[in-house]
Amino acid sequence: MSDTLRLPRIQRRRHFKSMVANGIIMIFAGMAILPLIMVFSYITSSGLPSLNLDFFVKLPAPAGETGGGMANAIAGSVLMVVMSGVMAIPPGLLCGLYIAEFPRQKLAGALRFVIDLMTGVPSIVIGLFAYATLVVPLGGFNAFAGSAALAIIMLPVVSRTTEEILRLIPSQLREAGLALGLPRWKVLLRLIMRAGRSAIATGVFLAIARASGETAPLLFTSFNNQYWSSSLSEPVASLPVQIYTYAISPYEEWHRLAWAGSLVLVSVVFTINLMSRVLLKRSSN
Amino acid sequence: MRSDRVFNLILRSLAVAIIAGFLGLTWFLWKSALPTLKVAGAGFVWSQAWDPVANEFGALPFLWGTVVSSLLALCFSAPVSIGAALFLTDIASKKIRSPIAFLIEMLAAIPSVVYGIWGIFVLAPFVREYIHPMLNGHLGFLPFFVGPPFGLGMLTAAMVLAVMITPTITSVCREVFRSVPDPLREAAIGLGATRWETIRLAVLKTSISGIFAAMILGLGRALGETMAVTMVIGNRPEISLSLFKPAATMASVIANEYAEAQGDSHMSALAAIGLVLLLVSSIVNIAARWIIKRTESKTHV
Amino acid sequence: MQNLETSIIAAEGISAWYGNHRAVENINLDVKSGDVLALIGPSGCGKSTFLRCLNRMHEEIDNTRVEGRVLYKGEDIYGEDVDPVAVRSCIGMVFQKPNPFPTMTVAENVAAGLRLRGGFSRSEIDGMVEAALRKAALWDEVKNKLRAPGTSLSGGQQQRLCIARALAVQPEVLLMDEPTSALDPISTGRIEELMTELKKSVTIVIVTHNMQQAARISDQTAFFLMGKMVEHGDTEQIFNAPAREETENYISGRFG
Repeated sequence: MSDTLRLPRIQRRRHFKSMVANGIIMIFAGMAILPLIMVFSYITSSGLPSLNLDFFVKLPAPAGETGGGMANAIAGSVLMVVMSGVMAIPPGLLCGLYIAEFPRQKLAGALRFVIDLMTGVPSIVIGLFAYATLVVPLGGFNAFAGSAALAIIMLPVVSRTTEEILRLIPSQLREAGLALGLPRWKVLLRLIMRAGRSAIATGVFLAIARASGETAPLLFTSFNNQYWSSSLSEPVASLPVQIYTYAISPYEEWHRLAWAGSLVLVSVVFTINLMSRVLLKRSSN
Repeated sequence: MRSDRVFNLILRSLAVAIIAGFLGLTWFLWKSALPTLKVAGAGFVWSQAWDPVANEFGALPFLWGTVVSSLLALCFSAPVSIGAALFLTDIASKKIRSPIAFLIEMLAAIPSVVYGIWGIFVLAPFVREYIHPMLNGHLGFLPFFVGPPFGLGMLTAAMVLAVMITPTITSVCREVFRSVPDPLREAAIGLGATRWETIRLAVLKTSISGIFAAMILGLGRALGETMAVTMVIGNRPEISLSLFKPAATMASVIANEYAEAQGDSHMSALAAIGLVLLLVSSIVNIAARWIIKRTESKTHV
Repeated sequence: MQNLETSIIAAEGISAWYGNHRAVENINLDVKSGDVLALIGPSGCGKSTFLRCLNRMHEEIDNTRVEGRVLYKGEDIYGEDVDPVAVRSCIGMVFQKPNPFPTMTVAENVAAGLRLRGGFSRSEIDGMVEAALRKAALWDEVKNKLRAPGTSLSGGQQQRLCIARALAVQPEVLLMDEPTSALDPISTGRIEELMTELKKSVTIVIVTHNMQQAARISDQTAFFLMGKMVEHGDTEQIFNAPAREETENYISGRFG
């Protein structure tokens, strides 16, 4: 069509358009990442100065006074995440297993639909769920309701990731196990789950990281507590709720603690995330 | 085998328990909301009043706040997310791809309350000191830009939401673009298309329904987002066209008022709002999944 | 003046790498205008890679490199300010699996390259689409379904659609990378017939792993082995009296 390999003028416009589009795409990619850098650097620079031993061991000081820490909030978070993990992880794994391995059963299809629905439920509504079922009957805000709310959030996440991983495992492995005369449940639990164990573990860790950062479902379940809680049927402090309460307060001192708390929270969540990725990479090698 | 039947039974019982549990939770919510719905009926959704002391409850301001903030966030986020996804699939060299993809995924891991605190202390002042003077100063005659330089308000909330839904939209778009078969790109290149023309012809044109599904998924996420929005939207149940005025969303009013609700009818009204929120976000999510299913079946023909 | 006997494409010392692996080594090869040149050789011998060096497609893959010159009508396509996009408008390509654009109709597919170039009126495009479809021996079959999706055609028709699409921009050279290996024998036969007509208007370089096909349709043949070109000459001579032992071994089916 053209005798020459050099560019006729009209074609320069095409290249110019392509360069501009290229540039815009790169700028957009940068814009997507920029907030991460901004948030991270902000939290670090404002939180680091207030991070000291006191933060981790002391209880909150009364409003307006300096000093104090978030020891009870950190402990409360750990407690509730562990409890919700215990409540949510085993059923979540089994649900994922059931959905992936028995796809022809109608019940499995129904479960899949419900789990999909659950992943879309806003976390504040899950708080309402837990309130209606566990706060009113138990007579008030309590840690158990908080853990239950977190468990409702965790279960679908664990189930989904387990299901996706199990789908990727080739059927030959199952056939080989069955051909050896093993009962199906042994094939599934001992062979198949084991084959996917590192990816499944990653999914579990990510669910834990997610639950650690959740605030909304705790606002009116576990509520908050300025002191140590002595039982599960009492309200308990948690790191995200404490951060929220302090951040919207008018006190400078509480803002500082909120920043420090954010730094701790983000660090924990990121560490769990990174660790699970590293675990995944190492096992797939 | 007997042990298999037992195992099967365990799994089935678990499935039934979970399904029943979910239905039960929904029923409890319905029960909590019932008093309000009985009194106000469907008019609850259209009423603008929100006065707990006078026992007047209407969901409209919160519905407005949720929908507007989410749609606005989608407008901000969609071009950036699509661009970022294109960058990862068609522009970046293999070396840059993983680090950048990793960074975008890390964005999704930041807890909502941390975005909220960043919103209060960094984004809101930025809006107050730079964006407001610019838009209000030059275009203040438009109804969108009236209002005092508060910092907290609809625009700030939409901006934080946009940041939060970007990883979702980006990762779905990335999957969609990756599934465009390479031979299509080669066809375009072989015809003498420039880099952008190849992307436009082979990737974007083929991925339209996938992109649409990604945006709906992002919208679904935005609708349910609570903490960050609550912390920067100003929490005033008002309907206004202005970006700078404070507003409230369904999620934010529940977060703000539920723990210290004044009386049963107040709590019931909030539960009713929760029900509306549940309904809206479920519909959006189901719609998104349906679109994705349809896209997948088309490309597997 | 264009002498029909001169080479329209001449490769000089072409080598190509994937990362650190050299897939093609020091190829010197020329094609005369109006000829059909077949590149044959066992799997992995580099013939497809070499083909893609002729229209600068190889460099579109991440982490690849090309050295040497390819002269198109005397100009090096790897020259300093040469635009790869312009190169591909002069040297077209048809691929192994038919790849029509799924969101476009038959007519839009053929017109795709023309619309990219721009500057044609609606009726001009319609005319060029018809001409290209006729050249690809597809016009009669699709003239009543120009608005049907490109993917609604059968496999053999889709490939001819891709040929029409490549021809629409009127390249002088057409590169074909195993164009019939994914098709049934009848469609294969039709495309081979097509090529004997086509060579009147374009020069064809075709990669094929089917030796009989090469013997049927080509004027010249080049035999590749492990990245090097072993022998190049008139098809008759290559198949009846190969000069090199490796060529003889390949042709008589002793390997590959």
